[in-house]
Amino acid sequence: MASIITANRLTSGEVVYLAPNGTWVRDIAAAEPSADEASNRRIEQIAARAVAANHIISPYLVDVRLEAGRPVPLSVREKIRAQHRPTV
Amino acid sequence: MYRYDSYDDAFVRSRAAQFRDQVTRRLVGDLSEEQFRPLRLQNGLYLQLHSYMLRVAIPYGVLSANQLRALAAIARRYDRGFGHFTTRQNIQFNWTRLADAPDIIDALADAGMHAIQTSGNCIRNVTADPYAGVAADEIEDPRIWGEVLRQWSSAHPEFLFLPRKFKIAISGALEDRAAVLFHDIGIRIVRHRDGSAGFAILVGGGQGRTPYVAQELRSFLPRQHLLSYLEAVMRVYNLNGRRDNLYKARIKVLVNALGIDEFRRQVEAEWQRIDHDAIDLPEAELQRITEAFTLPSLPVRAATSTEVARRRRADPAFDSFWRNNTTPHREPGYRILTIALKEPGLIPGDATAEQMDAVAALAERYGHDEVRVTYTQNLVLPHVAVADLPNVYDALVAAGLHAANAGLITDLIACPGLDYCNLANARSIPIAQEIARRFADTGRAQAIGTLRLNISGCINACGHHHAGNIGILGVDKKGTEHYQITLGGSPGNDAQIGEIVGPSFAAEDLPDAIERIIETYLALRHGSDETFLTLYRRVGIAPFKHALYAQGAIARLPHKTDRQLTQEAALP
Ligand code: SF4
Repeated sequence: MASIITANRLTSGEVVYLAPNGTWVRDIAAAEPSADEASNRRIEQIAARAVAANHIISPYLVDVRLEAGRPVPLSVREKIRAQHRPTV
Repeated sequence: MYRYDSYDDAFVRSRAAQFRDQVTRRLVGDLSEEQFRPLRLQNGLYLQLHSYMLRVAIPYGVLSANQLRALAAIARRYDRGFGHFTTRQNIQFNWTRLADAPDIIDALADAGMHAIQTSGNCIRNVTADPYAGVAADEIEDPRIWGEVLRQWSSAHPEFLFLPRKFKIAISGALEDRAAVLFHDIGIRIVRHRDGSAGFAILVGGGQGRTPYVAQELRSFLPRQHLLSYLEAVMRVYNLNGRRDNLYKARIKVLVNALGIDEFRRQVEAEWQRIDHDAIDLPEAELQRITEAFTLPSLPVRAATSTEVARRRRADPAFDSFWRNNTTPHREPGYRILTIALKEPGLIPGDATAEQMDAVAALAERYGHDEVRVTYTQNLVLPHVAVADLPNVYDALVAAGLHAANAGLITDLIACPGLDYCNLANARSIPIAQEIARRFADTGRAQAIGTLRLNISGCINACGHHHAGNIGILGVDKKGTEHYQITLGGSPGNDAQIGEIVGPSFAAEDLPDAIERIIETYLALRHGSDETFLTLYRRVGIAPFKHALYAQGAIARLPHKTDRQLTQEAALP
């Protein structure tokens, strides 16, 4: 199982994901997957710095599976967040 | 209705200015999120699943047409063109940006509104009977005391850091339409033997993880002592309520741990110590507030109308609307009209900016400038002349607000659930939509009769599932959304907590399960006068258990095309 890190953008509140180039993007498919504890710690540290720099708030790791290399969240909650809208 | 005086206005504007400064400091990084979070929550700004959500207080559920227009303007300008009315008679904007929040708060202040104390461990917005001042069964108007309590509890220095949030509801009528028995403090205006009006004080009710029906703390409190007495209750709670365990911090847990008699003894002892005169409201101030709630001078109108009678005969939809959505007003030429935000298939409690504007226009033209919000997520026009009903109805049809189902199975309560809420286990809205579609035929819903169906997306019970005749609770079962059904709950005078009927259902089976419950009720009832709740109290849970869990019961049901399934499939 892999993980990605998600958060909300400070000014807008929108859901964002950490991409490999260190930017925070809306598209979950562009998120950087992490496969082990060490890289989890690394992306968590990047997120902590982004919190300190007032770019994002409330970061946390999300469990995903990889489909053709792209992260797909496992929980219903994260599937809904990734769509940026309610299912109704 | 009450309008802000210069003191209220200055207070709200100073809070708006303070919040603007806090947001500015947050955006430039002078405040960390940890420092800022409690400040934004004190101003009703939450972080939800997709975005910031702003919860705006609607004191005791009363709005003027202008205020409703201001909410519509906010929805249009700062949100996605709609708002969500909640079970606390508030409105939530689901898609607000932090950067816009100070402007929204200013726009609210311009209309005499705010979002203060809609979050946090303080006394929250006081809720009340939506028929206040107009109900035929009313003893006294509870809005007066709702306003007194609003002023007393706003920024009350002693009660801003309680062990946990605190909810007060007040009703002045014989029938409880405010679920007062499910509040931390419930207040009912009652008449003493000597004819004077006062209060029965109920304490320790609530839903959530540990539901309780409130118990009677005092059967009669003379009206002049309301504030000093509540102050005593709050002090006992503030001192002795648990702060070590979030789940045991509400007053209901304290009341039940001490027992009502010991709790009462402590309150009475504290009350004796309090200087009543320093806290109770001076008579002149009570007079001033009372005057704000004088019934508008309603011109005498005919109690019957030939046009209404003709339309009822000719137009079954209008007839259903009349029967389900209007009730007697204390003046015979008027009716209280419920606008059910419950069009089957739409989101319960949501209204678009255009709909809010349409209701505001109707309130101005036909409703003496008043709108109420109910805890069942509907709106009310409290004074509509009988003869104006066809015009009002036609305007509601044009605005898509003519659902003729108030009080029926499709007038269901649903919290935002996992579609919006950060705390949810499961979605509420698609479940509500599917159930409403199943019973969308007004004739069928009417044949089922009065029924309260309530849905919560988690045990916090914002959707009042414990108090539903049929309650639905979203649970997480190994990562999938499941729903537990409770039966026999009641929010009214005969308040009761529903009983769990058995193991939970998957989303796709739930609407069938509800159909099966309704079929069982219809088969067993002694005529259409026996409501679901009455029948349930007569026959108990057994026939429903059998209908739901006897082998293959649900699989045998005919309907199997659920939108939940499609929606699930549509997810990545
Ligand atoms: S009941 Fe739970 S899911 Fe529903 S609004 Fe309340 S906290 Fe959110």
